[in-house]
This record gives sequence, structure tokens and C-alpha cells, in this order.
Amino acid sequence: MTHIGATTEMVVPVDLSLAEARRLLDKRELSAVELAEAHIARIEQVEPVVQAFITPMFEQAREMAAAADETIAAGEARPMTGIPVGLKDIFCTVDAPTTAASKILAGYRSPYDGTVVERLRADKAVFVGKLNTDEFAMGSSTENSAFFTTRNPWDPTRVPGGSSGGSAAAVAAGQAIATLGSDTGGSIRQPAGFCGVVGLKPTYGRVSRFGLIAFASSLDQIGPFTRSVEDCAMILGAIAGHDPRDSTSAPLPVPDYAAGLTGSVRGMRIGIAREFSAVEGMEPGVQAACEAAYETFAKLGATLVPVELPYSKYALPTYYITAPAEASANLARYDGVKYGLSSEAETLLETYLRTRGEGFGPEVKRRIMLGTYSLASGYYDAYYVKAQKVRTLIKRDFDRAFEQVDVILAPTSPTVAFPIGARTDDPLQMYLADIFTIPANMAGLPGIAIPCGFSDGLPVSLQIIGRAFDEATVLRAAHAYEQASGWHTYRPDIARLVAR
Amino acid sequence: MKLDLATVEHVAALARLGLTPEEMERMREQLSSVLDHISMLEEVDTNDIPPTAQVIELQSVMREDAVEPSLPRELVLLNAPRHEDGYIVVKAVFDQL
Repeated sequence: MTHIGATTEMVVPVDLSLAEARRLLDKRELSAVELAEAHIARIEQVEPVVQAFITPMFEQAREMAAAADETIAAGEARPMTGIPVGLKDIFCTVDAPTTAASKILAGYRSPYDGTVVERLRADKAVFVGKLNTDEFAMGSSTENSAFFTTRNPWDPTRVPGGSSGGSAAAVAAGQAIATLGSDTGGSIRQPAGFCGVVGLKPTYGRVSRFGLIAFASSLDQIGPFTRSVEDCAMILGAIAGHDPRDSTSAPLPVPDYAAGLTGSVRGMRIGIAREFSAVEGMEPGVQAACEAAYETFAKLGATLVPVELPYSKYALPTYYITAPAEASANLARYDGVKYGLSSEAETLLETYLRTRGEGFGPEVKRRIMLGTYSLASGYYDAYYVKAQKVRTLIKRDFDRAFEQVDVILAPTSPTVAFPIGARTDDPLQMYLADIFTIPANMAGLPGIAIPCGFSDGLPVSLQIIGRAFDEATVLRAAHAYEQASGWHTYRPDIARLVAR
Repeated sequence: MKLDLATVEHVAALARLGLTPEEMERMREQLSSVLDHISMLEEVDTNDIPPTAQVIELQSVMREDAVEPSLPRELVLLNAPRHEDGYIVVKAVFDQL
């Protein structure tokens, strides 16, 4: 690994944080075109190994960068102007295909931009490409992508995590300064952790999901990947806020997140839950790094408070009823009639059966089956309704805990990134990778994953969960820890990565 | 508990998912193992607990019923596998009268 800032005085555009790039762009010491070209060159250099991109957008990036330079010259720059950004390929974009990493969306061109895409475009951000994901965001490794598996820049024999694995790997490998992903059951935080970058799942309803391909509508939320907490605050500010086109987006004001990063957690009350430590399969190196992080918070003047979340152990089974049920309804739209793959058949019913049988991959089929089963007549009360009742108990656990504390700390995942292929034969083992991230989804709470050390040379990640719509406190705690620990300054060794 | 084949076939039909016999068999195995894991919810006492319908406090979001332009028809139809005269073409679903 390499340690940024220790060796060189020269500006290396692909190593810049968003905040640093913003400063250089605004001082006109670096142009958006130069920044875009540096990232395009990095993408070309590492992509044969990393494989984070389904669709690079180099031509669009060059045009957008030139336009951004004009905006900057006119003195009208906003926080994201001229910043190279990658998008998980589950966001609808008018100027590049949107695939959801599925064969069933073959040839699909969205007639509209999603709201987050529209907002970043209006701010003159520079889109460098659409990033790999598990098909329809269903998975924890990108191995369920219909196209290819993205590799972890820290060790290309290992997965980057998922589903937003392309988004995490691209930031880790310097292919974009920031990327966007979506988190339904850990799909931002877990890959951010595996790739040693910052990943935030905002509160359910904080960011508009209009133009995000739907997976599980009571859980899905959009969020950023960055190299620092300050960067995360900057891009969140650009994408958050009410949108009349998403009726589940909250009509609440968006605070100035970057301005709230005081660097201090003095006096903050921080919950530590027993339920988030001693689980089966937890790696000792992960446990040790997370416990050291808890101690750092205490040294910084926070008060550690034991909290109890007894129902959190039921979050995973609750999720595996709720998410597939909602997915089975949302994915009914892929029928070979309106867009995407369409298999020729004699009757309309045959068209449905064949298109869906040929277009969906194994995991998506499993989830549609599971969801259809749990919603079917005779099973609905025993599965779906039961799960929604347990969900109430999970949420009440958090409500009680947040009467005593401001944030809760937990590991992001019980393990570091696992080898490619290690869990593909056993869906349940794959699902267990999300055991610590899913509770926040079930309760709709914001959670951030930040680097907190290494175990066997691979990144370990700390998760900070906060109250609903209190991303500001989550970011403040994360930023104070990051500044004190410096773990975010470590990067994978790119020269070694491409020499393989 | 292992699901029987008839149940898997019934659920696949409900989901309009054309599965091969091999896929049906694999689905029996894999769904059964996930359902076994899920069955741990049975130990939770949920008497008198209301189900969660949503996690944030938004209710009955309304908007003005105003006329606005929709997506341009030609752009939308570019994606349609078969279309004619501005309409999407599908196989007939009724027998000829």
C-alpha cells in the first residue's frame, strides 16, 4: 500500500480528494479538462485488471469538462463543478446505456435522467462512466453481474464487495474522485469497507430515487463513495433534498454538511452494541481494528455507552423476506413488451416466460421466486406480515438506543474482502456478508462506512449509524475519527496492481 | 424443510418466470436453505406488534393534479421491441371472436 502525502510534493490529479480538487480548480491551478484527462488515463491504465466500468463515458466526460471549465471561468462553480464522477449502472442516464448489469435491459436507453444525475449534471460534474454492480443490485460481490466481476484494487483475486462494487473499486483505484451507488441491504457500506473508501447510506427519503432502477422500494437509498468524509459531505449536499417526483423523499431542509465538520466528538455519546461484536464467522483482525477505533473515540473525548439491540439479529431474515417480496413486484415490469430483451414466442404468456427466463440471472431469479413465495396466498401472513412486525421491533430497538446516544458504532462487515468465487455456491453465506449493514436499512437510518485499519493487508471498515435525518452528526463523528486516525490516506499500490 | 417441486412450479408460474427443469431443482435446494434461515423469525413474539408500512413519517403525500408534458412518445418507443403507428405491438391475448 502507499501512503498519500508522505512522498511527493507534485500534484497527482488522480490522488486528489474532492475538496483538494475543488480548491485547485477554483484557483485555476488545474483545469477540469486536465482533471478529466488524468482520470481517463487512470481508467485506461487499471481497467484491464479492475474492471469497474460497464460503460466508460470518455467522450461525454471531455465535453462536460470543457463546459465545467467555462462555468469555473465565469465564477459560477458549485461544489461538484468539474469533478470526475462515476455512476453505478442503475441510475438512468440519457447519454449512456443503463443496464442494471442485466441481460434483460439489453439495448435500453433511458428517455430521462434520474434526479441525482440531473442535479450533478446541472452542477457541471463530469461523468466518467457507468459502473458495475450485481444484477439489479442483488448481491454482495459483483459476481452476480451479467457481464463480469469487478476486482478489488487492494487484491485483484478478491471481490470488491457489492452490490455497488464498481463504484467502490473505482474510487479506491483513482478512476473517479467520487461515485454514486445505492444501498438496499448494505450495498454502499459493505463495498466501501472492502475497498477501503468512505461510503454513506443516507436516511431513507433523504435523496430522491427518481430514476434509480427499483429493487426494494421500502429500503432503497442512494449515496456517495469518496476518499474522505469531507468529500462525502460535499457530494451529499449536492444530491440530497426533496423531489416532487419521488413521493418518499422527505420535504426537509438540507444542512450544510461540510460546514458541520468540526473535527470534534467531545461530549458526544456513542453507543456500542454487544450484538455487533461476537457473531459467528467474525474475523479477529476485524474485531481488533474496530475495538481500537472505539477506543480512539473515547480518547477524543466521546463517552462510550453500552446499548442493546436484541432484535438486530433478526434483521437478516427480515430483510430476506422484505427485499425479495418488493423486488418480485418491482421486477414484474421486465416483460419483453415495453423495452429491453424480448424473446420471440407464439403467445404473450410465452413471451413473458421466455424473456424473463432468458433475461434474468440466477440470483435475480432466486429473489423473484423467494419474494413471490412469501407474498403468495397461504404464506403472506406467515412470512411477509411477520417480517414487517419484526421490522417494527428492530426499529424500536434503535429508537430506544438513540434516546441514550447520538450515534452507534459497529463493524461494517464481519470479514475483510473474500476471494472471488468463495461464496458463489452458497447464497446464505453470501447474504451473511451484510449482517451488520442490514439493520440500518430495516430501520431506515443513515450509516457511514469509513476505513479503520487493515487485517492481512486488506481494509477494515467502521460503521457509524445515526438517527433518522441526522447525517450531520454521523459525518461529524466520522470526520473527527478520520482526522485523528489517518486511515483514509492509505491507497492501494497501483503500479503493483497493473504489473500483475 | 425442502420445498416440493409442485410448489416451486406454482411459484414460478405466478412470477411468469420460465425455468428449466434443472433450475427448478436447484431452486428447491437453495430456496429451502434460505427459508430455513428465515424460519428463525418464528421464535419472535409479535403479538400486538403492528407491521411496519414505512420507516419515515410521511403520510398520504398529495400533489396538484396539474397537466404536464409527459415523455416524448418517439423517444419512449425507441426502446419498444415492436411498435407500429405510435403504439406498442403485442401478441393478441384473446381468441378470435
